[in-house]
Amino acid sequence: MIDFTSEQLERYSRHILLQDVGVEGQAKLLGAKVLIVGAGGLGAPAALYLAAAGIGTIGIVDSDTVEISNLQRQVVHFTKDIDMPKVESAKEKMLAINPGIEVKTYQECLNADNIRAIIRDYDFVVDGTDNFPTKFLVNDACVMDNIPFSHGGILRFDGQTMTVVPGKSACYRCFFRKPPPPDAVPTCSQAGVLGAIAGMLGTIQAAEALKYVTEVGELLTDTLLSFNAKTMNFRKVTLQKQKNCPICGENPTVTELIDEEQALTCNLRQY
Amino acid sequence: MQITINGEDQQLDDARLTIAQLLQVKDVESPDMVSVQLNGEIVDRSRYDATEISDNDHVEFLYFMGGGTFA
Repeated sequence: MIDFTSEQLERYSRHILLQDVGVEGQAKLLGAKVLIVGAGGLGAPAALYLAAAGIGTIGIVDSDTVEISNLQRQVVHFTKDIDMPKVESAKEKMLAINPGIEVKTYQECLNADNIRAIIRDYDFVVDGTDNFPTKFLVNDACVMDNIPFSHGGILRFDGQTMTVVPGKSACYRCFFRKPPPPDAVPTCSQAGVLGAIAGMLGTIQAAEALKYVTEVGELLTDTLLSFNAKTMNFRKVTLQKQKNCPICGENPTVTELIDEEQALTCNLRQY
Repeated sequence: MQITINGEDQQLDDARLTIAQLLQVKDVESPDMVSVQLNGEIVDRSRYDATEISDNDHVEFLYFMGGGTFA
């Protein structure tokens, strides 16, 4: 058990006051390692809240630099950070909020060759990417290595998220078998997105990470939560683990990691 | 027939309808961006033409959604 300093007791007092979290829960948070994939719309709020919550080690992966069009929603980056690597910009703010944590940066593109070496050090992964090949790659690598993760997606006025605990709950491929054809995909850069939606969804993902680590409540497993900000309707669609899932089913056809088409998007302009 | 789509009761004029036809009838803009759940099970995309829906079925159109950022 961690010996809390008086500064830590004060900093985390609102967690410690929660009966479900308490000193034990806060100690779990301080001992936890969470990886955030993408320091963009979803990763930005997740990074801020997870740092503030005292997740002891936070990894953040992003190959890009900050652009002015990011600032409408990627709240971890400031105007002064334009052209700075996103992972460095994010790290600076996270440590400014909470100097008591460790932030590890990976300024690189996730691909089939490097993903497992990166994720294997973490207890939980927050997926904040905006391209389907990487979303499937994160799912497949996490399923193969038994690392729980939170899926998140936003578009226009809509958001969706689910939490996957490999081996126990439905995975992303149970719902969405394979990436959609690249030409069918509207992206935030083409279709737009209401900035605050990124915050709504990224904070749900951060809350799931905190719940997983502290073992509090029920995760969004076997559940796709989606919302529309125009109506503020939230819906949950439940789905059990599918026997014919291409990766976690009875006869998996996905047995190794591959870089799907469109993985070259790392070279494109940023959302 | 009467079915439920994304939680809402809907009356359809057609007596028989496949998943592929339902996507058309409901004006789903880009069917490639939708995963269809029929009574709790995901329908394989290659079976949209062969899978018929019937009265009281529960259908969910689950949309692919990206968001966030490239990594």
